[in-house]
Amino acid sequence: MRFSSEEILETIGMIAEDRLDVRTVTLGISLWDCSDPDPRACGRKVADKIRARAGRLGEVATVLEAEFGIPIVNTRVSLTPLAWVVPRAEPEAFLEVARAVDEAGADVGVNFVGGFSALVHKGATEVDQALIRAVPRVLAETERLCSSVVLASTRTGINMDACLEMGRIVRETARLTADRDGIGCAKLVVFANPVEDNPFMAGAFLGPGEPEATVLVGVSGPGAVRRALEGLAPDADLGQVAETIKKTAFKITRMGELVGREVARRLGARFGILDLSLAPTPAEGDSVARILEAMGLARAGAPGSTAAVMMLNDAVKKGGVFASSSVGGLSGAFIPVSEDAGMIQAAAEGVLTLEKLEAMTAVCSVGLDMVAVPGDTSAETLAGIIADEMAIGVANGKTTAVRIIPAPGKVAGDRVRFGGLLGEAPVMPVNPTSCAGFVGRGGRIPAPVQGFRN
Amino acid sequence: MARKIVVTVLGRDQVGIVAKVATALAEATVNIEDINQKILGGDIFAMTLLADMERSPLSLAELSRTLEEALEGMGLKVMVQDAEVFRYMHRV
Repeated sequence: MRFSSEEILETIGMIAEDRLDVRTVTLGISLWDCSDPDPRACGRKVADKIRARAGRLGEVATVLEAEFGIPIVNTRVSLTPLAWVVPRAEPEAFLEVARAVDEAGADVGVNFVGGFSALVHKGATEVDQALIRAVPRVLAETERLCSSVVLASTRTGINMDACLEMGRIVRETARLTADRDGIGCAKLVVFANPVEDNPFMAGAFLGPGEPEATVLVGVSGPGAVRRALEGLAPDADLGQVAETIKKTAFKITRMGELVGREVARRLGARFGILDLSLAPTPAEGDSVARILEAMGLARAGAPGSTAAVMMLNDAVKKGGVFASSSVGGLSGAFIPVSEDAGMIQAAAEGVLTLEKLEAMTAVCSVGLDMVAVPGDTSAETLAGIIADEMAIGVANGKTTAVRIIPAPGKVAGDRVRFGGLLGEAPVMPVNPTSCAGFVGRGGRIPAPVQGFRN
Repeated sequence: MARKIVVTVLGRDQVGIVAKVATALAEATVNIEDINQKILGGDIFAMTLLADMERSPLSLAELSRTLEEALEGMGLKVMVQDAEVFRYMHRV
């Protein structure tokens, strides 16, 4: 096998200059054998299993990083939703297990553990309710745990009682972490139609159809896509733009598959999926918004942004599915605000509004992500924002999510700063018109007609 | 089992780069199978080579350090990578 020097230098340029990396190697660990009505025993079983399965994860990642010359930025663990593991309808029981999980995560050197999760899209059990009530304290008192709650699906509709409850939980989480700009909310996501093999945080949990241990790889590379587009002639039409994105996505996906298979082999786990999601970081150049700018928009959020994101997301998927038969997770483009330098700029300039962002989420991966809103935003208004985003996912048969931070003590135009990968965000204004009467009705918005496929 | 690697050297062009790399690889019992060198943009030296380190006593990380030491002080960047990276990325 020979490679041209152009091919070799292209790969090296993607890694060295365009920040192409394996964003996360996430080990999914099943906890079906860890259930125990005694919270202390349950916590011990879960922690022991994390240590046994993920003990060598960091070491394997470090060795592969050197051999392949590809940065592996994070190692993480995702778990069976804890609402199915801790059979106690008491928030204190969940706190105890969460602390044990956090310690085990620290021991194996991962920066996040996903799976403090409940699935209540049709209704909540008493155990689910206890987990949800424990969320604010768990996110305030642990470092690594991430929480996700499923509120809606195309098959079941939207659980509006749970939307309102999560509006309150989000506010309470912000309050308990007010000294750090409400950072607890950055580790809390609500979903419609979640995927069960997601490697990315905060929404990773391991679904019920998954094996004992599975390697889930998240690759990123918005910089590489932007660079490829900048290499196009200025008069290249959008068909050529889509083709270029597709080819770049293919290459990035192949690299991720190589890493995933090798990690799995060395850990003695199954290779699960590869998730090629253009996931930005706050570093300049590692931005999805800058891809939109390379396509010809002056800023993300300008008219045309929804069309541009649709094309980007679709081309990424097409390149990915051709490159690997193991594509899973979310696989598309993420548009978190605080984690993307171009999105931060667009939001700070007022070009990108919450409403335009919501429209863009209808055609790309995930949803309203890492959005800071004024600290006095009511639980009802948060629930209305959540319900709108859930509706987009339910009606389109796709995943949508909300990760929103009502920044304590802040008003529109202020900034929240989380640091690291979570970045910083301008506080975006929220439409002040009340939706309390609507969300206060509670109940369930029935499944849409497209949910009835049998 | 064959263990193919790709060595890339980038930096300011100067006398003796290829010789130093080839000597270090020979001393490490690494067999060069293909080599390509060019000057990019006037004065940036770029060399890529494909080699087999099956018979080398060194690990990939050790070989990488050996090459870095051989080129020390010349202001060059050297990378050693498993060739699988390029096969996966550029071949269907």
